Amino acid sequence: MTSVLTPLPVLLPLLGAAGALLVGRHPRTQRTLSILVLSAVLAVSVALLVLADANGAEAVSVGGWPVPLGIVLVVDRLSALMLVVASTVALGVLVFAVGQGSADGDEETPLSIFHPTFLVLIAGVSNAFLAGDLFNLYVGFEILLTASYVLLTLGGSAPRIRAGITYIVVSLLSSLLFLAAIALVYASTGTVNMAQLAVRLAELPAGTQLLLQSLLLIAFCIKAAVFPLSAWLPDSYPTAPAPVTAVFAGLLTKVGVYAIIRTQTLLFPGGALDGVLLWAALATMLIGILGAVAQTDIRRILSFTLVSHIGYMVFGIALGTTAGLAGAIFYVAHHIAIQTTLFLVAGLVERQGGSTSVDRLGGLARSAPLLALLFFVPAMNLAGIPPLSGFIGKLGLLEAGVAEGSWPAMVLVAGGVVTSLLTLVAIARVWTRAFWRPAAQEDGLVDGPVDGPVDGSAPQPVGVPAGDGPASSDATADGGRRTAAAARQRAWARHAAVATDTTPSQDGFGAAPRGRRPSPARPLPAVMLGATMAMVVVTVALTVIAGPLYGYTDRAAADLQDRTPYLESVLGAGTGR
Amino acid sequence: MTPTVVLPVVIGGLYAAGVYLLLDRSLTRVLLGFLLLGNATNLLLLSSGGPAGLAPILGVAEPDEMSDPLPQALVLTAIVITFGISAFLLAMIYRSWRLVRQEVVGVDEEDRRVAAREAMDADDLDPDDLDPEDRPAAHADSLHAGRDGTDRSAEAALRRRHPGIASDDVGLPPTLRSGS
Repeated sequence: MTSVLTPLPVLLPLLGAAGALLVGRHPRTQRTLSILVLSAVLAVSVALLVLADANGAEAVSVGGWPVPLGIVLVVDRLSALMLVVASTVALGVLVFAVGQGSADGDEETPLSIFHPTFLVLIAGVSNAFLAGDLFNLYVGFEILLTASYVLLTLGGSAPRIRAGITYIVVSLLSSLLFLAAIALVYASTGTVNMAQLAVRLAELPAGTQLLLQSLLLIAFCIKAAVFPLSAWLPDSYPTAPAPVTAVFAGLLTKVGVYAIIRTQTLLFPGGALDGVLLWAALATMLIGILGAVAQTDIRRILSFTLVSHIGYMVFGIALGTTAGLAGAIFYVAHHIAIQTTLFLVAGLVERQGGSTSVDRLGGLARSAPLLALLFFVPAMNLAGIPPLSGFIGKLGLLEAGVAEGSWPAMVLVAGGVVTSLLTLVAIARVWTRAFWRPAAQEDGLVDGPVDGPVDGSAPQPVGVPAGDGPASSDATADGGRRTAAAARQRAWARHAAVATDTTPSQDGFGAAPRGRRPSPARPLPAVMLGATMAMVVVTVALTVIAGPLYGYTDRAAADLQDRTPYLESVLGAGTGR
Repeated sequence: MTPTVVLPVVIGGLYAAGVYLLLDRSLTRVLLGFLLLGNATNLLLLSSGGPAGLAPILGVAEPDEMSDPLPQALVLTAIVITFGISAFLLAMIYRSWRLVRQEVVGVDEEDRRVAAREAMDADDLDPDDLDPEDRPAAHADSLHAGRDGTDRSAEAALRRRHPGIASDDVGLPPTLRSGS
């Protein structure tokens, strides 16, 4: 049963992508096809999850080649859970994208490459989760990255090309590092099969092990956006169309986290670099969230919280205990769902309010109460308000940290609490400004007439008394300085207007903005709203089933620590010791 | 068979040159750097199979004299991937050139806007609004403005020195749109 099902999460989306390309001229057929394919993938993943939980890890040799020669796909509890969460959010995002496409009138000018590319992306993600082979993991990464390059630069407008180039070059660099690491691993062990590596790597000298481990970790940390390798993420994600950003934020970094978990538990169980990872986790959490607090654009705030919360997962991994690992896995599942949902909501906010800058938005709680609710629930979940799943995940990690008991772990626990509070600050700023305050009370800075003449009546920051006459020399100097400051503000406002007006989503997927931004009164398309609502329900459901889910992640973590189930499934009984 | 020194030297040289080019702001050089790095990695992968032997075909050579076929298969895959992505990157560079007549890594306007903001919330106290005596010590007064009202920020200084060039483009080859 498992042997038939295991290749399907990779195979179905790839075949679906081919089919979607063939029917590219019929948008309706294409949409139906891709939704059907992803639903099938979700069903298969759920079946795999049930089987993996009942029978333990299972390996499938692709093409019937015996194990050391052929490629193996391995399903254990961790990868099955990842598959289920990934296909759930992928389906939600796809429905959202379909809604956005039909709302923006893609009927006349269908963008035929979105659906195939999206399916290829999912195939790559599934392949990375299932790979039992280091090189197959690399191929999975390349499939998903190449698809993501196309999705990120859809339409090819100037801001997307600018952001896309940063993203592509950084991703390429990490892929090359990964490939070099594979070369060195093969040179020193003569295999790329992960189960065999787990046995053979342990026989290498400690120095060689450390070199290989650090190379792999650096490559994966770039992909997972762990500080100091995280600067590319908030720069490149926000410009993409809303559904694309949502699926990137949810899935792509988590594939990196998954790879880190595999490396740290299966290949290098000694925990040689746990200390470094621990401090990296602290820096990721704090620096990421400080970035979020400084931003004014909702998408950017969310991108920075994404970086910051990667720190929680790395914290759990770096603890090296079963409890820490279980917390990290739970947090990954929670965070995939929550971050995707929030980015979808940000897409809706942009449609409703015409902007994602909290300086421009206002009064959304009154004009779109349903949207406000859809934002509020996952936002509180992200910040870790009890009893939502974000709280449960954070609590589990903090408990694991306290149980570990060393002083760096305690520092990390404190850092985790501070990060959680600062997340609340960042989210609360979005809430109070975009949703809570009256619509009229907008900051003049960004919204003002940006091309007006520079004079003393320039928009002043609220709270600074305006209008100082030339009474004394001191005051004139002051006024002059203010004028200069105002001029500078205006220059930036103009830059910002250029930057934000060409930002995505006002144009759906297309290149040219269709006219000005949508009028605020336009009702939100029902399909998009429905898809977002379904995702919010999923995040709440994670809270409801948190008990069984945490039990499952506990078992998954125990499997990972033990390593025997994985090794026996690939190499045969008795080899796992 | 003796170990060869040529391959490691070539790999190292390619890595060095590739990293150097990758750090450039011009996208064409970045692409060239990526190609060099890709070739260096492919060579590394190839050399991980041990010293070269005969073609790994049964019946043509004895198994002892064959070279390891697996790295060759891996290199082939890696070459295809590098090739495809280079083509995509070239298309991006061309698109960037068509759009903004520049083929350099762009400036992130949002970052600069955040950096230029005076305070996070408008009602925060700005030290410049306080009496000089009340200001915290070592307040960077000179960064904002002089007594005569001239703008003395670093951006302004650069603007005066290099008129028409955005401050973080200083030192780059001039392009048509670099002033905007």
